[in-house]
Amino acid sequence: MFAGYMLNTWAAASMVAVVAGVVGFFIVLRGSAFVAHAVPHGAFGGAAGASLLGVSTLYGLGVFAVGGALAIGWLGRRGRHDVVTALSLVLMLALGALFLSMSSEYSAEVFSLLFGEVLGVARSQLLPIAGLGVAALAVMAIVYRPLLMLSVMPETSEARGLRPRRLETIFMLVVAMATAMTVPVVGAFLMFSLTLGPAAAARSFTSSPAPALSLSVAIALATVWVAIALAYVTNWPVGFYVGITGLVAYGAGRAFLAWRRRRVADAP
Amino acid sequence: MNEGVHVLFEPGFFSSATVHSALVVGAVVAVVTAVVGTFTVLRSQAFAGHSLGELGTTGGSAAYLGGVNPLWGFVVIAVVSGGIIESLGVRRPRLRDLTTGLVLGGGLGLAALFLYLDTTSSTTTGASVTILFGSLFTVSSNSAPVIVALSAAALGLVGLCYRMLLLGSLDTDLAAARGVPVRFVGFAYVLSLALAVSLAAATIGAVLSTALLVGPPAAALRMTKRPSTALAASAVVGVVATWVGILLAYDSYYWPPVHRGWPVSFFIVTLVFVFYVIVDLATSMRRRRQPPVRGH
Repeated sequence: MFAGYMLNTWAAASMVAVVAGVVGFFIVLRGSAFVAHAVPHGAFGGAAGASLLGVSTLYGLGVFAVGGALAIGWLGRRGRHDVVTALSLVLMLALGALFLSMSSEYSAEVFSLLFGEVLGVARSQLLPIAGLGVAALAVMAIVYRPLLMLSVMPETSEARGLRPRRLETIFMLVVAMATAMTVPVVGAFLMFSLTLGPAAAARSFTSSPAPALSLSVAIALATVWVAIALAYVTNWPVGFYVGITGLVAYGAGRAFLAWRRRRVADAP
Repeated sequence: MNEGVHVLFEPGFFSSATVHSALVVGAVVAVVTAVVGTFTVLRSQAFAGHSLGELGTTGGSAAYLGGVNPLWGFVVIAVVSGGIIESLGVRRPRLRDLTTGLVLGGGLGLAALFLYLDTTSSTTTGASVTILFGSLFTVSSNSAPVIVALSAAALGLVGLCYRMLLLGSLDTDLAAARGVPVRFVGFAYVLSLALAVSLAAATIGAVLSTALLVGPPAAALRMTKRPSTALAASAVVGVVATWVGILLAYDSYYWPPVHRGWPVSFFIVTLVFVFYVIVDLATSMRRRRQPPVRGH
């Protein structure tokens, strides 16, 4: 499990988990679960296109994730946000279906893009993943305070001199960066599980921002480590374990919340 | 004359039984999704609609594993998870999206496992692609009657509680004040949504079903505010997009780069998306030209 060729996977997955934990914290705070689902999921279309053209899937993922994020932002200013997100997502996926129908791609490769592949991380991928991860974290560090303000109190943000639209666009671009680095490891379908589950669980344990953020990162790390270990042992897809572990973490968080509420209610 | 016709319709389009059944099934499904989808858009539940469709992947792949018609997998999983999401009963949209997303994440995890077992244990290759992206041309002739029957059931359900559903979708508090059983209407709506989405999943694919559910109604609601007109308009848009999509897909067997034909679902989704963007641009331009009437 810790052989040389697996070290790439462990390293990549850990970087992915840190970024997913941070981004996920804001996604849960802002309640933008649908966008968190749509961007990585739609980016699958780009990966299919990249493999049709014979270039690295990272480029395809990046182009589609950024394009999708910007399209949702642009169309969403005038229409209903959820409708626009849904339509952009299905368009990207439909393009993916078209690319798949044109290529003679081996179905196992398609499958690993959708649901993740433990052994899928090559040494050459580590550097781009690390670069994207550092960039995403740096941007999040810069916009941390204003984004937190905007997410918690959207009404007063303009009065405080924040620019909501620009902040939202920046955040969407961070989601796109996180997508491009995460999808090759956990797959397009389950990336949002990794962003949503740990962050939602963390929020039930504590409501103050900084501890919740750290806890979200910790749970995300634990999730990918458990998922990779189990996937390695059983040979089942990583995505399965990421999805289930995310749900279990959230369930534990809710149970803790219910237990604490009852204790508070019982206290004399 | 014949030449002109052939430019649009490649030979054999009107005589092919596959095309006939695709046209009929496609139209029925487009009407049902358009009607149910109008309420989905009014209730701002596009994410729930999308999740139920996508969870169809889980049901469809499980059905493949058990050797059952995937349609039943779509229906069962959509009804069950729709019931779960609705019975969690979260009214605040942000939290609602979160719980929907978590249910979806767990379901997709299972789908990953089932599809993996499908590809390793059986000889049916391409199961995942068919379930995810669908094809109207491969809808088997014995599922056509089932699709029509389920469509009738979904339409009947919407028809029975039309007024309550409309009031409940436009203003929940007002509806509750007027004595509409809001919880009951919510469940009735989710049941019809689950049926409509699983029909769309069986025809244009689990992950693409949202296009028909949300696209035509959203465009129609931009054009008119009258609910009954919007219902009719979105049904028309859905059927036209489906039919033109089938025609283009049929013609595309003669197109480069590979003469295998482009996927039907690709055309339908693209047509719906382009139509929505055109309506979006046209309505916002019209609004800009006529400045809103200001109160005194």
